Amino acid sequence: MELVSQIGGSVTEGLAYIGSLASLGGRAALDLFIGPFHGKPVRLRRAVSQAMDVGVRALPILSLITFFIGLILALQSAYELRRFGAVNYVAATVAISMTRELGPLITAIVVIGRSGSSFAAEIGTMRVTEEIDALETMAISPVDFLVAPKLVAMIVMLPCLTIWANAMGILGGSVFGVWQAGFTFVRYLQVSVDALILRDITTGLIKSLMFGATITAVGCLEGLSTGVGAEQVGRSTTAAVVKSIFLVIMEDLVFTALFFFVGAQ
Amino acid sequence: MISVRDLHVKYGATEILHGVSFDVKRGETLVIMGGSGSGKSTLVRTLIGLEKPSSGHVLIKGKDVAAIREAELEEVRKKIGMSFQGGALFGSMTVGENVALPLREHTKLEDSTIEIMVRLKLEQVGLEGFEYYMPSQLSGGMRKRAAVARALAMDPELLFFDEPSAGLDPIIAAGIDQLILELKRAFHMTILVVTHELASAFLIADRIVLIDRGKIVAIGTTTEMQSSIQPRVRQFLDRVPESETAQESDYLRALTEERRFGRA
Repeated sequence: MELVSQIGGSVTEGLAYIGSLASLGGRAALDLFIGPFHGKPVRLRRAVSQAMDVGVRALPILSLITFFIGLILALQSAYELRRFGAVNYVAATVAISMTRELGPLITAIVVIGRSGSSFAAEIGTMRVTEEIDALETMAISPVDFLVAPKLVAMIVMLPCLTIWANAMGILGGSVFGVWQAGFTFVRYLQVSVDALILRDITTGLIKSLMFGATITAVGCLEGLSTGVGAEQVGRSTTAAVVKSIFLVIMEDLVFTALFFFVGAQ
Repeated sequence: MISVRDLHVKYGATEILHGVSFDVKRGETLVIMGGSGSGKSTLVRTLIGLEKPSSGHVLIKGKDVAAIREAELEEVRKKIGMSFQGGALFGSMTVGENVALPLREHTKLEDSTIEIMVRLKLEQVGLEGFEYYMPSQLSGGMRKRAAVARALAMDPELLFFDEPSAGLDPIIAAGIDQLILELKRAFHMTILVVTHELASAFLIADRIVLIDRGKIVAIGTTTEMQSSIQPRVRQFLDRVPESETAQESDYLRALTEERRFGRA
């Protein structure tokens, strides 16, 4: 009985958390899309500087990681494909797994580590030093001022990063293709492109859009709900990373299942 | 200007303020004094709507801060300037941008006009020429002055100070007191100061409210306070430490209470 009530308790807690995420994300989205019609323009300068931070500065590390992921993917699939004498299918395998799954996911995880955590730390520190209170007393909504520009930056930059990650992954795979599977570089790229249909890319991008919104909401919510004291900022940052990763994986599962069952050829 | 009626504020299950009532008249400087944990900071936070009272009313210019809609609360807040304990300047912006922020957000003034106003406000607090410094490059006293400049940006009718002299050396703290007196003289603003510094309180106050354990012990002018014979007021003014026995029983009560909450 105790167990049942405990499970029930944590399920309700989880649902309540998702509820507050949705409400924060919703308020930020409202500021973004409805605000301009009420004379509250979107803070473009802040959004651009966020986009710079979230997107452009993530490129080097993201490129490196996804390049290696592509190479690893090629090696792993070739290990199995070799038994069927089908090593030349490696290009298609890498291209499809990158665009449909690993591109969006790895990008999301890199962005969680870089930006989700920094959102929580930044807003958490502002909470501790009463800067959030100061915003509120100046009649400036923290959601409007802090969360909305981050949300724009994320939902624009994450799909862009994902496209880049897909390309880098395929490039990584090509190293193996040229080296072991008898492709020329151009031929490898051609086979990769032929293997992809538009749907593979769009499903990945839809996912990355959702991931971006989730990462922003979790990072900002954790930051805003920081308690008193410096150690609480650390706690918020950790919570933001852990919860973001979990939620991103859950979303990934839901969307992958959805794309699998809906409109499968 | 402000009237507080039977205000109760709770954090979770613990009630911090147990029925506080007082008024602040237009143009006066009211100092809220009390020891650490007496509830004075909570009181100020409730006045500007950062905490929601569990019961009672806070009327600022006739509007109940706790009951009005967000949009109305924002209108009230635009007329209030608040200087926080640590300054609460935005670390990612320069001092000038900090002061300009409320103007940029709430007015349609040209950038050049805002620039002039920022210089003016900084001059008022004795920080002319510092607009391009980052808050982290300023000393504690300067940061507080910058926070006052930001609070003054919208020409508020009401100015709140949370512990203006906390963490400052006596000379800098005296400078801040001087600044408050100047503001009072020059603009006839209604000023509300929360502090536990006796000297500073008696220097700047028209009236003083003494709070102890979430209740008002005494309200009166500075002279009334000084001649008060109420034991709690005397203890505070004469800086008499809490007697040992009282502390012990409090301590025990606190311990047992904590255990009860811990289990609940």
